[in-house]
This record gives sequence, C-alpha cells and structure tokens, in this order.
Amino acid sequence: METIWYCLVAVMITVYVVLDGFDLGAGIVHLFVARTDGERRAVLGSIGPVWDGNEVWLLAGGGTLYFAFPALYASSFSGFYLPLMIVLWLLILRGISIEFRNHIQSLVWQPLWDVVFAGASALLAIFFGAALGNVVRGVPLDRSGEFFLPLWTDFTAGKDTGILDWYTILIAVAALLTLAVHGSLWVALKTEGAVEGRARRFARGTWWVLLIWVVLITVASFRIQPHLKESFAAHPWGYVFPLSAILGLTGIRVLGGLREGLESFLSSCLFILGMLTSAAFGIYPYVLPSNADPALGLTVHNSAAPLYGLQVGLMWFIPGMILACGYFVYTYRSFSGKVKLDG
Amino acid sequence: MDALTVHRLHFAFTITFHYIFPQLTMGLALLILILKTMALRTGEEHYNRAARFWAKIFAINFAMGVVTGIPMEFQFGTNWARFSKAAGGVIGQTLAMEGVFSFFLESSFLGVFLFGEKRLGPKAHWFAAFLVFAGSWLSGFFIIATNAWMQHPTGYELGKNGEILLTSLAGLLLNPWLFWQYLHNMIGSVVTASFVMASVGAFYLLTNRSEEYGRTFVRLGVIAGMISTFLMAFPTGDGQGKNIAWYQPPTLAAMEGLFETEHGAPLALIGQPDLENRRLDNPITIPRALSFLTYQRWGAEVKGLNEFPPERLPDNIPLLYYSYHIMVGLGTVLIGVMALASLSLWRGRLYHARQLLWLLMLMLPFPYIATTAGWITAEMGRQPWLIYGIMRTPAGVSPHVSAGNALFTLIGFMGIYTVLAILFLFLVRREIEEGPEHLTQARAITL
Ligand code: HDD
Ligand code: HEM
Ligand code: HEM
Repeated sequence: METIWYCLVAVMITVYVVLDGFDLGAGIVHLFVARTDGERRAVLGSIGPVWDGNEVWLLAGGGTLYFAFPALYASSFSGFYLPLMIVLWLLILRGISIEFRNHIQSLVWQPLWDVVFAGASALLAIFFGAALGNVVRGVPLDRSGEFFLPLWTDFTAGKDTGILDWYTILIAVAALLTLAVHGSLWVALKTEGAVEGRARRFARGTWWVLLIWVVLITVASFRIQPHLKESFAAHPWGYVFPLSAILGLTGIRVLGGLREGLESFLSSCLFILGMLTSAAFGIYPYVLPSNADPALGLTVHNSAAPLYGLQVGLMWFIPGMILACGYFVYTYRSFSGKVKLDG
Repeated sequence: MDALTVHRLHFAFTITFHYIFPQLTMGLALLILILKTMALRTGEEHYNRAARFWAKIFAINFAMGVVTGIPMEFQFGTNWARFSKAAGGVIGQTLAMEGVFSFFLESSFLGVFLFGEKRLGPKAHWFAAFLVFAGSWLSGFFIIATNAWMQHPTGYELGKNGEILLTSLAGLLLNPWLFWQYLHNMIGSVVTASFVMASVGAFYLLTNRSEEYGRTFVRLGVIAGMISTFLMAFPTGDGQGKNIAWYQPPTLAAMEGLFETEHGAPLALIGQPDLENRRLDNPITIPRALSFLTYQRWGAEVKGLNEFPPERLPDNIPLLYYSYHIMVGLGTVLIGVMALASLSLWRGRLYHARQLLWLLMLMLPFPYIATTAGWITAEMGRQPWLIYGIMRTPAGVSPHVSAGNALFTLIGFMGIYTVLAILFLFLVRREIEEGPEHLTQARAITL
C-alpha cells in the first residue's frame, strides 16, 4: 500500500514537472525568444489559460504527499525551511507577473513584469533542481527523522553540507536546461513566425549542452548515492526508466521537424518523465535518504500514514484524478492550436 | 520573542491576508452565476456585460487568492512540522481532497470561463460559471472541514504512543462542528461579495456614470445582502454559538466575558474584561439573555471562567472577547444597513437616496473586518489547543526552525504582501474606473 502511494505521489510530481515545466520553461526563454510586446503577449497567451491548472498539480501532489507520508512532509518542509520560503516568494512573483502584466499599457509596466516573470521562472527551475538533488544525495536526519539545512556550507557534498553544494548545483543547472528546452519547444508549438523560429533555434542549440549535462549528472548521481546502483542491480527491469529518458532526449532532436513540433515536445515530456522516474526508482524504498547513516533514512514504510487512511484514500483519489484528467483534456483541447492575438 | 510566538504570528498573518481574497471569490462566484442566469433568462446583453465586469475583478482577486494560498499549504510543513507529522494522516485527507476535487475544477474552468465565452456559446458559458462556483464552494468545504477537525476532532483514535489514527473518513467529513461552521462561513462570503457589489454600484450612481449598471449592482447587492446578513445571525451564527457552548465551554465563557458561573447568565453587550479583578468592567448587559440564547431557557446555568483551571483557558481572553464582540456588533450593523437599503429599494427610492448610497459605498471594509474578527474568535478560542483536546499549540511547532529564521520569513511575507496589496487595489480601481460599458465579448479577453 505504501508503495502504491509512493508511485502515485511520484507520478503526480512528474506530471507537475512536465506540465508546469513548460510554462516555467516558457518563462526562462521569454526574454530571448520574444522581443516585441506583441510577441511577448503571444508567449504569455500560450500559457495564460493553463498555468494555474498546471500549478495545481504541485498543490495536489503536495497534499497527497501530506496525507500519505506525513512524517516526510513534516521533516522535509521544515528542514528545507529557507529555500522553500524563497520558492514561495518566487511563485507569488511569477503568478502575479503573468496575471497582472497585461492590465496596463505602459512602457515601464510590461517590461518590468517580463523581467520578473523570466527571472522568477529561471530561479524556480534552479531551486526545484536543487531540491531534487538534495533528495537524491540525502540529508543529515537525526533520530526523530528531522533535520535543518543551511543554504550552503563548503560545497563538498560531504556530511556537513548545505542545500547548495557542487552536486545539487549540477542538478539545478540540469533542471534549468531541461525546462528551457521543454519550454521553448512548447513556445514553438504554440506560436508562429519569428517567435516560433527563435524558439526552435534555441531548443536546437541548447540541446547539445543538455546532452553533455545529462551524462555529467548521471555519473555524479551514481557516485554520490550508492543506493542507486543497488536498486538497478536488484531490479533490472528498472532500466526502462533511464531508457525512456534516452529515447526522449534523442526524440527531441530527431523528430524536430515533424508536424509543427508536436513530436519533439512530446519527446521532451518523455525525457522528463524518464529522468524523474529513474530517480524515484533509484532511491526507493527511501523517500529521503540520510547522508550520514543509511539506517536513519526515511523510507516509504517509516514515514507513511496508517493503513486505514491509505486505503480509504484510494477510494476518492482515483475517481478524483480521473475527473481532474478529464478537465485537463477538455481545457487543452479548447485552447489547442496556435495563439492568435486579438481573436 | 520565542520561536513559538513568531510561528504563531507567521501563520496568523499569512492566513489572515489569504482569507481576504477567497471570501470575495466564493461570494462573487455565486453573484456572477446569478448575473449569468439573468442574462440567460432575459437574453439581455446588459447582464452579460455586468457579469464580464465582475469576472475581471474576480480574476484579479482569484490570482491573489492563489498566490497567497500556496504558502498556506506549505506552512503546515515548514512551520508546524510536529503538528503535520502527528495529524497529517487525518487532515491531509481533506487538504488533498481540496486539491484533487476543487482546485483542479476551479482553475481549469476559470480559464475556460474567462477566455472562452466566444467559443462556448451562452449555455456552455453559464455552465463554466457554475463549475467555477462549485469549485470554490467545494474548496471552502474541504478547508473548513480541516479547521472543524482542529476545533472538534472526530473520526479518529489515539494509538499506543499517542499517535492520531484516522478511523473513519465519514466521521471526518460529517463532523457535527462542520455543518454550522461551513454554512456560517460561506454565507459570510456572500455578505462580503454583496457589500462589495452594492458599494461599487453606489459609487457609480453617486458619480453619475454607468448608471444602468450601478442600479443592477445595487439591486443585486442589496437583495443578496439582506438575505445573507440575516442568515449570518440566525440560524448559522446561533448554531456556531451552540456548538461552542457544547464542545468548548471555556471558550464560550471567554468570548462572553463571563467570569462567574450563573443561572440566568446575562448577555454582555459592552464591557472590558478585567483579568486582574476577574470581572467585566463597565458592562451593559441584557439580563438572562445568554442563558436563553445558548440553552433556550432563561434560567439555564452557564459556566464562567472561574470554573475552569487556568491551563484550559484560552491564552488571550481580552482579544477573544473583543474580536467576538466586534463580529457580532458589526453583524448587527450590517443587518441594519441592509434592512434600510432594502426598504428604500422596495419603495423605489434607493437609486436617488444619496445619503443611503453614501452609506452603502462606505460600508465596504466592514464585512471584511467582521470575517477577520470571526476567524480570530475561532482561532483564539481554540487555544491553548492546536487540536482541541488532543494537542497543545507548543507541541506542534517545527523544532528546528529558529525564531530568527521564522522572523526573517515573516518580515519577508509582510514586505511582499504589502506590494501585493498595493497592486491589487491599484488594478481593481482601474477596472472600476473603466466601467462595464465597453466590455463586449472580444474586449473581455485580456490576453
Ligand atoms: C460577514 C461576516 C460575519 C458576520 C456578520 C458574523 N460572523 Fe460569525 N464568523 C464569521 C463571520 C461573520 C466567520 C469569519 O465566517 C467565522 C470565523 C470562523 C468561521 O467558521 O466563521 C465566524 C465565527 C463565528 C463564531 C465562532 C466559531 C468558532 O469558534 O469556530 C461564532 C460563535 C459566530 N461566528 C457567531 C456569530 C453571530 C452570533 C453573529 C451575529 C450577528 C455573527 N457570527 C456574525
Ligand atoms: C480553515 C482553515 C484554517 C486552518 C486549517 C487553520 C489552522 C491554523 C493553525 C495550524 C494555526 C497555528 C497553530 C495555532 O496557533 O493554534 C492557526 C493559527 C491562527 N489562525 Fe488559523 N487556520 C485556518 C483559517 C484561519 C483564517 C481564515 C484565519 C483568519 C482570517 C485564521 C486565523 C488564525 C490566527 C489569528 C491564528 C493565531 C492564533 C494563535 O496563535 O493564537 N485561521 N490556524
Ligand atoms: C490554512 C488554511 C488554508 C490553506 C492551506 C489554503 C490553501 C490554498 C491554496 C493552496 C490555494 C490556491 C489554489 C489554486 O492554485 O487554485 C487557495 C485558494 C483558495 N482558498 Fe485557501 N487555504 C486556506 C484557507 C482558506 C480558507 C479559510 C478558505 C475559505 C473558507 C479558503 C478558500 C480558498 C478558495 C475559495 C481559494 C480559491 C482561490 C481564491 O479564492 O482566490 N482557503 N487556498
């Protein structure tokens, strides 16, 4: 039962990254691919009706984590106190920059919000990446399963490390690159003309950097978290996850020209899916490993809620999510096609 | 300041700010639905434009609710880690349900409602408005269910080591506390929205612009306001009071400023609780009314503060007493204003009664003050418990987050929220300035 919920939470977070990833990514590349006010409206128009819905996956994923693994939620949220608060502030700034930008026509109003939007999106990608890095590396949990991490210490990724060290920074940059490519593919899909061209070129160029980075983080992750090797050795079927990541990454490049780029965008989705599920598979049964003493790590078993809650949870969760997916299919269909301004 | 105090202030500040927005969202969703219904019934474009005008304000308000709501969910983990660890298996259910059942619904269909009028056609657009309404009222239900469980825990059992185990989801969702709290709170949001609508309408009438719309807004605001303010006092406020008398007797005594246990206890209208001498200074009371209101018998016994050991009493009795009296006092004023306005509307004079319109316009802040005071009553009244009868407030705080860190982020939130508040007022003022006339279907699309 705990494992089922582990998978469900992992799926929700993955879906969050895939969906909110493209609007974060659109934010990261916003200033580069769209130059004029009209172009920037087009980029914002492509995410306007959907970004809030995408962000709900974070909330619903968080809520699900909260009730299925309360001890994990408590430990990680209080342990990562400072970075999470910064994430909240960034989410606030980003949300209002999307919603409030077009309310006023002025030569200072729009550029201001464009910069806020782009900056907050990029920083969020970096923070989410660093968070993932921390979870894979492990944190200094004490006997009651709690910890508190400073923002940084000596960057060595050793026992006294902080939230930022060489490894988590590596992952953070990987997240930034991944979402930048993901976002520009989305923008290319949803816009026309100059913006589409720039977005496509940006994705093609960045792809090479991303490729190098993926190799780097793969090597680094296996070094930093020995448990990953054990997981894949014990259950070789788990290789489907990294395999789909490779498939996705190749797909982005190879399928680039087809059908207005839908295939390459979907490949990018597959790539993100593959990367995150590999990580989730690799650290299982841990949900938050300890970097000092493996025995202190939080696992799906010692952090899950009691059985009754998990069982009744399934009864409403499954119908609820089917409904939610229905709404998503409906909204994406009603806003399908390229963004047309003044329509 | 110790860490506990800072964490409490942190939560109190952010939730109070958050709640400014959802109350308008939930109430306005209903009023917009009414406008859309009238548009569908009469076929008049006028109502569609009125709905579009409020939809724009709704969108700004909603965005504020979203960005200030996300920190609330996070704070359960960041600032109240021990509480989350102990109770997450229970209240996590309702919080996750809120995400799954209502936030998805709301956010998906708000987009459709705001951007899709042209594509959808009138009936489907009405339905989108309905789903936004349903989503926001469901969201209110799940979050109030969470709070109701903290006020009066049900459907659980304590394990061997004192851990809290959920035993019945139905018990959690059918909590007897929840019924009145939900109704009282939701109707409170209709009160807020009615006053906001009437206030904007009155402003248009007083400044001789958009008069046709001003009349519609005043009319709808006053009618909805009359019904909802009345329902606030009876039966919902009364129901809440009875719940408290039944389940939280020390809280009732503190709210009412009743020190001595009395048969035929008086209802204090005004007075200052004096903790040193343990009495209410300079009171004006209605004899025996408290006994009657809580137990329907003029001679019933009501327990006073002196009856309870100090560790069962709320830790800030004066604040609790004053906020409760502010809520009830304002409740009476709000009923009075709406009654006057309804009378004048019924006689067909309201649209030209300048003094009354001034009054309606200036009433705008008071429902907000009443709801905030109400929440302070509920939350201070719950003290010294975090989960009533199970967990004390100090036991729930995050152990490793220092007072300094929490103070830093509290100040950070204060800064960001000040900016948000300024932006919000600025943008809403602009929408009101522009007025509803020009909102044809095409212009309603903001992007
Ligand atoms: C427009 C706002 C408004 C108005 C006019 C009133 N209330 Fe209220 N009240 C609220 C808005 C509110 C609220 C913000 O919605 C609260 C806070 C918690 C809750 O569930 O509702 C609340 C709580 C609340 C509580 C505390 C519940 C608890 O501790 O959980 C009581 C006893 C009452 N109300 C009773 C009344 C009475 C007798 C009123 C008579 C006029 C009244 N309220 C008017
Ligand atoms: C319905 C959802 C709500 C939940 C689940 C909730 C939960 C909590 C929690 C966990 C705390 C901190 C612990 C404590 O001090 O007891 C708290 C405190 C507080 N909340 Fe709420 N709250 C809710 C709604 C509100 C609203 C809407 C307001 C005000 C507008 C509010 C006002 C306060 C205040 C003033 C405190 C500080 C009380 C104190 O520390 O003495 N709450 N609440
Ligand atoms: C501590 C308690 C609370 C938490 C954790 C919380 C959480 C949230 C979150 C995460 C959102 C954003 C949803 C989105 O992205 O669409 C939100 C918005 C909302 N919340 Fe809260 N909230 C709390 C208190 C309340 C209370 C007391 C109410 C009302 C009864 C309420 C009603 C709403 C509604 C209707 C929305 C929709 C957006 C809006 O109104 O602007 N919330 N809340």
